[in-house]
Amino acid sequence: MWEAITGPWPWYVSGPLLGLMVPILLLIGNKNFGISSTLRHMCAAALPVKAEYFTSDNVRANAWNLVLALGVIVGAAIAVLLLDGNSAPAVSPAAIELFASWDVAAPAAMQPSEIYAIPGALSTRALVSLILGGFLVGFGTRYANGCTSGHAIMGLSLLNVGSLVATLGFFAGGAIVSNFVVPWVMTL
Amino acid sequence: MTDSTQKTKGLSIGGFLKYLAAGIYFGIVLVKAEVVSWYRIQEMFHFQSVHMYGIIGLAVVVGALSVLFLKAAKARSVEGVEIAPTGKPFNKIGNPVGGLIFGFGWALTGACPGPLYAILGAGYWPILLAILSAILGTLTYGYLRPRLPH
Repeated sequence: MWEAITGPWPWYVSGPLLGLMVPILLLIGNKNFGISSTLRHMCAAALPVKAEYFTSDNVRANAWNLVLALGVIVGAAIAVLLLDGNSAPAVSPAAIELFASWDVAAPAAMQPSEIYAIPGALSTRALVSLILGGFLVGFGTRYANGCTSGHAIMGLSLLNVGSLVATLGFFAGGAIVSNFVVPWVMTL
Repeated sequence: MTDSTQKTKGLSIGGFLKYLAAGIYFGIVLVKAEVVSWYRIQEMFHFQSVHMYGIIGLAVVVGALSVLFLKAAKARSVEGVEIAPTGKPFNKIGNPVGGLIFGFGWALTGACPGPLYAILGAGYWPILLAILSAILGTLTYGYLRPRLPH
Protein backbone atom coordinates (compact mmCIF):
# COMPACT_ATOMS: atom_id res chain seq x y z
CA MET A 1 0.00 0.00 0.00
CA TRP A 2 2.74 2.43 1.03
CA GLU A 3 4.66 1.59 -2.13
CA ALA A 4 1.59 2.47 -4.21
CA ILE A 5 1.63 5.92 -2.60
CA THR A 6 5.36 6.58 -2.89
CA GLY A 7 5.62 5.11 -6.40
CA PRO A 8 4.54 7.01 -9.54
CA TRP A 9 0.80 7.66 -9.68
CA PRO A 10 -0.92 6.69 -12.94
CA TRP A 11 -2.82 9.59 -14.55
CA TYR A 12 -6.16 7.84 -14.12
CA VAL A 13 -5.60 7.94 -10.36
CA SER A 14 -4.12 11.43 -9.99
CA GLY A 15 -6.73 13.04 -12.29
CA PRO A 16 -9.75 12.08 -10.13
CA LEU A 17 -7.79 12.93 -6.94
CA LEU A 18 -7.13 16.41 -8.38
CA GLY A 19 -10.81 16.78 -9.31
CA LEU A 20 -11.78 16.06 -5.70
CA MET A 21 -10.49 19.56 -4.85
CA VAL A 22 -13.83 20.83 -6.24
CA PRO A 23 -16.17 19.04 -3.76
CA ILE A 24 -13.63 19.36 -0.92
CA LEU A 25 -13.64 23.18 -1.06
CA LEU A 26 -17.40 23.36 -1.62
CA LEU A 27 -18.05 21.12 1.39
CA ILE A 28 -15.59 22.66 3.82
CA GLY A 29 -16.50 26.28 3.12
CA ASN A 30 -18.63 26.79 -0.02
CA LYS A 31 -15.55 28.00 -1.90
CA ASN A 32 -14.93 27.75 -5.63
CA PHE A 33 -11.63 26.01 -6.36
CA GLY A 34 -8.96 28.43 -7.59
CA ILE A 35 -5.47 29.57 -6.66
CA SER A 36 -4.26 32.33 -8.99
CA SER A 37 -6.18 35.15 -7.28
CA THR A 38 -3.68 34.70 -4.42
CA LEU A 39 -1.34 36.77 -6.62
CA ARG A 40 -3.83 39.62 -6.36
CA HIS A 41 -4.41 39.11 -2.63
CA MET A 42 -0.66 39.17 -1.91
CA CYS A 43 -0.33 42.50 -3.72
CA ALA A 44 -3.37 43.90 -1.90
CA ALA A 45 -2.21 42.66 1.51
CA ALA A 46 1.51 43.36 1.40
CA LEU A 47 2.19 46.21 -1.02
CA PRO A 48 1.22 49.89 -0.83
CA VAL A 49 -0.61 49.75 -4.15
CA LYS A 50 -3.23 52.31 -5.10
CA ALA A 51 -4.76 50.72 -8.21
CA GLU A 52 -8.47 50.01 -7.70
CA TYR A 53 -7.93 46.33 -8.61
CA PHE A 54 -6.02 45.94 -5.32
CA THR A 55 -7.77 48.47 -3.06
CA SER A 56 -11.12 46.80 -3.88
CA ASP A 57 -9.80 43.36 -2.93
CA ASN A 58 -11.31 42.02 0.27
CA VAL A 59 -8.22 40.38 1.75
CA ARG A 60 -9.97 39.16 4.90
CA ALA A 61 -12.69 37.39 2.95
CA ASN A 62 -10.06 35.90 0.65
CA ALA A 63 -7.58 34.91 3.36
CA TRP A 64 -8.67 31.28 2.94
CA ASN A 65 -7.13 31.32 -0.55
CA LEU A 66 -3.74 32.43 0.77
CA VAL A 67 -3.90 29.69 3.42
CA LEU A 68 -4.65 27.19 0.63
CA ALA A 69 -1.49 28.37 -1.19
CA LEU A 70 0.51 28.01 2.02
CA GLY A 71 -0.83 24.46 2.28
CA VAL A 72 0.29 23.72 -1.29
CA ILE A 73 3.85 24.69 -0.33
CA VAL A 74 3.72 22.43 2.75
CA GLY A 75 2.05 19.59 0.83
CA ALA A 76 4.67 19.70 -1.92
CA ALA A 77 7.43 19.56 0.69
CA ILE A 78 5.76 16.55 2.32
CA ALA A 79 5.43 14.85 -1.08
CA VAL A 80 9.12 15.36 -1.81
CA LEU A 81 10.45 14.50 1.66
CA LEU A 82 8.21 11.56 2.52
CA LEU A 83 6.52 10.29 -0.66
CA ASP A 84 9.39 10.21 -3.17
CA GLY A 85 7.81 13.15 -5.00
CA ASN A 86 11.03 14.27 -6.64
CA SER A 87 11.43 11.16 -8.79
CA ALA A 88 11.87 11.55 -12.54
CA PRO A 89 8.63 11.48 -14.53
CA ALA A 90 8.47 8.60 -17.01
CA VAL A 91 7.99 10.77 -20.09
CA SER A 92 7.61 9.29 -23.56
CA PRO A 93 10.63 8.40 -25.73
CA ALA A 94 9.53 11.13 -28.16
CA ALA A 95 9.74 13.71 -25.35
CA ILE A 96 13.22 12.53 -24.36
CA GLU A 97 14.30 13.00 -27.99
CA LEU A 98 12.74 16.46 -28.00
CA PHE A 99 14.60 17.45 -24.83
CA ALA A 100 17.87 16.15 -26.31
CA SER A 101 17.32 18.40 -29.34
CA TRP A 102 17.04 21.29 -26.87
CA ASP A 103 20.25 20.23 -25.13
CA VAL A 104 18.28 19.18 -22.04
CA ALA A 105 19.16 15.77 -20.55
CA ALA A 106 16.54 13.05 -20.03
CA PRO A 107 14.69 13.48 -16.70
CA ALA A 108 16.69 12.56 -13.59
CA ALA A 109 14.32 14.33 -11.16
CA MET A 110 11.04 16.29 -11.12
CA GLN A 111 12.66 19.35 -12.71
CA PRO A 112 15.56 19.80 -15.16
CA SER A 113 18.82 20.87 -13.54
CA GLU A 114 19.35 22.97 -16.69
CA ILE A 115 16.70 25.37 -15.33
CA TYR A 116 16.31 24.61 -11.64
CA ALA A 117 19.80 24.01 -10.27
CA ILE A 118 22.90 26.18 -10.08
CA PRO A 119 24.66 26.77 -12.46
CA GLY A 120 21.93 25.94 -15.00
CA ALA A 121 19.50 28.33 -13.30
CA LEU A 122 21.87 31.21 -14.00
CA SER A 123 21.97 30.57 -17.75
CA THR A 124 20.22 32.99 -20.07
CA ARG A 125 17.73 30.35 -21.17
CA ALA A 126 16.75 29.57 -17.58
CA LEU A 127 16.41 33.22 -16.60
CA VAL A 128 14.27 33.99 -19.66
CA SER A 129 12.09 30.93 -18.96
CA LEU A 130 11.55 31.80 -15.30
CA ILE A 131 11.37 35.61 -15.40
CA LEU A 132 9.53 36.22 -18.67
CA GLY A 133 7.40 33.09 -18.22
CA GLY A 134 6.47 34.04 -14.67
CA PHE A 135 5.50 37.56 -15.72
CA LEU A 136 3.23 36.26 -18.50
CA VAL A 137 1.62 33.74 -16.12
CA GLY A 138 0.89 36.49 -13.59
CA PHE A 139 -0.39 38.99 -16.14
CA GLY A 140 -2.33 36.45 -18.19
CA THR A 141 -4.04 34.68 -15.33
CA ARG A 142 -5.40 37.94 -13.93
CA TYR A 143 -6.46 39.24 -17.36
CA ALA A 144 -8.22 35.92 -17.97
CA ASN A 145 -9.61 36.05 -14.40
CA GLY A 146 -8.48 32.51 -13.58
CA CYS A 147 -5.95 29.77 -14.15
CA THR A 148 -5.82 26.03 -14.72
CA SER A 149 -7.52 25.50 -11.35
CA GLY A 150 -10.20 28.20 -11.47
CA HIS A 151 -11.04 27.99 -15.18
CA ALA A 152 -9.92 24.60 -16.50
CA ILE A 153 -11.01 22.50 -13.51
CA MET A 154 -13.58 24.53 -11.53
CA GLY A 155 -14.99 26.52 -14.44
CA LEU A 156 -15.35 23.53 -16.77
CA SER A 157 -16.91 21.55 -13.90
CA LEU A 158 -19.60 24.27 -13.85
CA LEU A 159 -19.90 24.11 -17.67
CA ASN A 160 -19.05 27.81 -17.73
CA VAL A 161 -18.59 29.32 -21.22
CA GLY A 162 -15.99 31.94 -20.25
CA SER A 163 -13.90 29.26 -18.55
CA LEU A 164 -14.02 27.10 -21.68
CA VAL A 165 -12.83 30.04 -23.79
CA ALA A 166 -10.02 30.80 -21.31
CA THR A 167 -8.98 27.13 -21.18
CA LEU A 168 -8.80 26.96 -24.98
CA GLY A 169 -6.60 30.07 -24.76
CA PHE A 170 -4.31 28.40 -22.19
CA PHE A 171 -3.71 25.40 -24.43
CA ALA A 172 -3.46 27.33 -27.70
CA GLY A 173 -0.97 29.78 -26.18
CA GLY A 174 1.03 27.00 -24.56
CA ALA A 175 1.18 24.89 -27.72
CA ILE A 176 2.34 27.89 -29.78
CA VAL A 177 5.11 28.87 -27.37
CA SER A 178 6.27 25.33 -26.53
CA ASN A 179 6.57 24.48 -30.24
CA PHE A 180 7.87 27.75 -31.67
CA VAL A 181 9.42 29.83 -28.88
CA VAL A 182 10.82 27.42 -26.27
CA PRO A 183 13.07 25.71 -28.90
CA TRP A 184 14.63 29.13 -29.55
CA VAL A 185 14.81 30.10 -25.86
CA MET A 186 16.63 26.83 -25.17
CA THR A 187 19.43 27.91 -27.54
CA LEU A 188 20.09 31.11 -25.55
CA MET B 1 -16.88 49.03 0.61
CA THR B 2 -14.59 49.79 3.53
CA ASP B 3 -17.44 49.24 5.97
CA SER B 4 -18.31 45.79 4.68
CA THR B 5 -14.63 44.97 4.45
CA GLN B 6 -14.13 45.73 8.10
CA LYS B 7 -17.14 43.69 9.08
CA THR B 8 -15.95 40.62 7.21
CA LYS B 9 -14.64 38.13 9.67
CA GLY B 10 -11.12 36.87 9.20
CA LEU B 11 -10.29 33.19 9.44
CA SER B 12 -10.72 31.39 12.74
CA ILE B 13 -8.11 28.85 13.79
CA GLY B 14 -10.44 26.10 12.61
CA GLY B 15 -10.88 27.84 9.28
CA PHE B 16 -7.14 28.25 8.93
CA LEU B 17 -6.55 24.56 9.63
CA LYS B 18 -9.17 23.25 7.22
CA TYR B 19 -7.90 25.30 4.28
CA LEU B 20 -4.32 24.46 5.20
CA ALA B 21 -5.25 20.76 5.13
CA ALA B 22 -6.99 21.19 1.74
CA GLY B 23 -3.88 22.96 0.43
CA ILE B 24 -1.60 20.20 1.73
CA TYR B 25 -3.75 17.65 -0.08
CA PHE B 26 -3.63 19.78 -3.26
CA GLY B 27 0.16 20.15 -2.99
CA ILE B 28 0.74 16.42 -2.55
CA VAL B 29 -1.51 15.60 -5.52
CA LEU B 30 0.14 18.24 -7.75
CA VAL B 31 3.59 16.78 -7.06
CA LYS B 32 2.67 13.10 -7.22
CA ALA B 33 0.62 13.70 -10.40
CA GLU B 34 3.81 15.20 -11.92
CA VAL B 35 1.80 18.15 -13.28
CA VAL B 36 4.40 20.45 -11.67
CA SER B 37 7.15 19.02 -13.87
CA TRP B 38 8.60 21.15 -16.68
CA TYR B 39 9.14 17.91 -18.61
CA ARG B 40 5.45 16.97 -18.42
CA ILE B 41 4.32 20.43 -19.54
CA GLN B 42 6.56 20.47 -22.63
CA GLU B 43 5.55 16.87 -23.44
CA MET B 44 1.88 17.87 -23.18
CA PHE B 45 2.23 20.85 -25.51
CA HIS B 46 3.95 18.59 -28.04
CA PHE B 47 1.09 16.07 -27.76
CA GLN B 48 3.56 13.29 -26.91
CA SER B 49 1.67 11.70 -24.02
CA VAL B 50 -1.84 11.24 -22.68
CA HIS B 51 -0.62 11.90 -19.10
CA MET B 52 -1.56 15.59 -18.67
CA TYR B 53 -4.71 15.45 -20.81
CA GLY B 54 -5.89 12.38 -18.92
CA ILE B 55 -5.34 14.11 -15.57
CA ILE B 56 -7.04 17.38 -16.47
CA GLY B 57 -9.86 15.56 -18.29
CA LEU B 58 -10.61 13.22 -15.40
CA ALA B 59 -10.30 16.07 -12.89
CA VAL B 60 -13.02 17.92 -14.80
CA VAL B 61 -15.23 14.81 -14.97
CA VAL B 62 -14.92 14.26 -11.21
CA GLY B 63 -15.42 17.98 -10.52
CA ALA B 64 -18.52 18.21 -12.74
CA LEU B 65 -20.09 15.03 -11.34
CA SER B 66 -19.41 16.29 -7.80
CA VAL B 67 -21.14 19.59 -8.51
CA LEU B 68 -24.12 17.79 -10.07
CA PHE B 69 -24.39 15.45 -7.11
CA LEU B 70 -23.98 18.15 -4.44
CA LYS B 71 -26.65 20.30 -6.13
CA ALA B 72 -29.08 17.41 -6.63
CA ALA B 73 -28.65 16.36 -3.00
CA LYS B 74 -29.10 20.00 -1.91
CA ALA B 75 -25.96 19.43 0.10
CA ARG B 76 -24.80 22.02 2.61
CA SER B 77 -21.27 23.04 3.48
CA VAL B 78 -20.01 22.44 7.02
CA GLU B 79 -21.21 25.98 7.81
CA GLY B 80 -24.75 24.93 6.88
CA VAL B 81 -24.97 26.98 3.70
CA GLU B 82 -26.53 25.31 0.66
CA ILE B 83 -23.92 24.57 -2.01
CA ALA B 84 -24.79 26.41 -5.23
CA PRO B 85 -21.56 27.44 -6.97
CA THR B 86 -21.75 29.94 -9.81
CA GLY B 87 -19.28 30.39 -12.67
CA LYS B 88 -17.28 33.49 -13.48
CA PRO B 89 -18.63 36.07 -15.95
CA PHE B 90 -17.74 35.62 -19.62
CA ASN B 91 -15.27 38.32 -20.65
CA LYS B 92 -15.25 38.23 -24.45
CA ILE B 93 -11.76 39.71 -24.71
CA GLY B 94 -10.23 39.06 -21.29
CA ASN B 95 -10.88 35.30 -21.32
CA PRO B 96 -9.33 34.49 -24.73
CA VAL B 97 -6.56 37.11 -24.75
CA GLY B 98 -5.61 36.70 -21.09
CA GLY B 99 -5.85 32.94 -21.62
CA LEU B 100 -3.42 33.06 -24.55
CA ILE B 101 -0.93 35.18 -22.58
CA PHE B 102 -1.24 32.79 -19.64
CA GLY B 103 -0.57 29.89 -22.02
CA PHE B 104 2.58 31.60 -23.33
CA GLY B 105 3.88 31.84 -19.76
CA TRP B 106 2.76 28.32 -18.84
CA ALA B 107 4.90 26.86 -21.64
CA LEU B 108 7.88 29.13 -20.93
CA THR B 109 8.12 28.39 -17.19
CA GLY B 110 6.55 24.95 -17.30
CA ALA B 111 4.40 26.05 -14.36
CA CYS B 112 0.93 27.46 -13.78
CA PRO B 113 -0.02 29.17 -10.47
CA GLY B 114 -0.68 26.09 -8.27
CA PRO B 115 2.62 24.52 -9.37
CA LEU B 116 4.46 27.83 -8.76
CA TYR B 117 3.78 27.29 -5.06
CA ALA B 118 4.32 23.53 -5.22
CA ILE B 119 7.71 23.86 -6.93
CA LEU B 120 8.77 26.24 -4.16
CA GLY B 121 7.65 23.70 -1.56
CA ALA B 122 9.58 21.02 -3.42
CA GLY B 123 12.74 23.06 -2.76
CA TYR B 124 13.51 24.31 -6.27
CA TRP B 125 14.46 27.83 -5.17
CA PRO B 126 14.93 29.37 -8.65
CA ILE B 127 11.12 29.24 -8.93
CA LEU B 128 11.16 32.31 -6.65
CA LEU B 129 12.19 34.29 -9.74
CA ALA B 130 9.05 33.11 -11.52
CA ILE B 131 6.86 33.81 -8.47
CA LEU B 132 8.21 37.34 -8.09
CA SER B 133 7.75 37.93 -11.82
CA ALA B 134 4.19 36.59 -11.60
CA ILE B 135 3.49 39.10 -8.81
CA LEU B 136 5.01 41.82 -10.99
CA GLY B 137 2.78 40.66 -13.88
CA THR B 138 -0.25 40.84 -11.59
CA LEU B 139 0.74 44.35 -10.46
CA THR B 140 1.16 45.41 -14.08
CA TYR B 141 -2.27 44.04 -14.91
CA GLY B 142 -3.80 45.81 -11.91
CA TYR B 143 -2.49 49.17 -13.05
CA LEU B 144 -3.28 48.66 -16.75
CA ARG B 145 -6.72 47.19 -16.04
CA PRO B 146 -8.71 50.42 -16.48
CA ARG B 147 -7.22 50.79 -19.97
CA LEU B 148 -7.50 47.18 -21.13
CA PRO B 149 -10.53 45.92 -23.07
CA HIS B 150 -12.30 43.09 -21.26
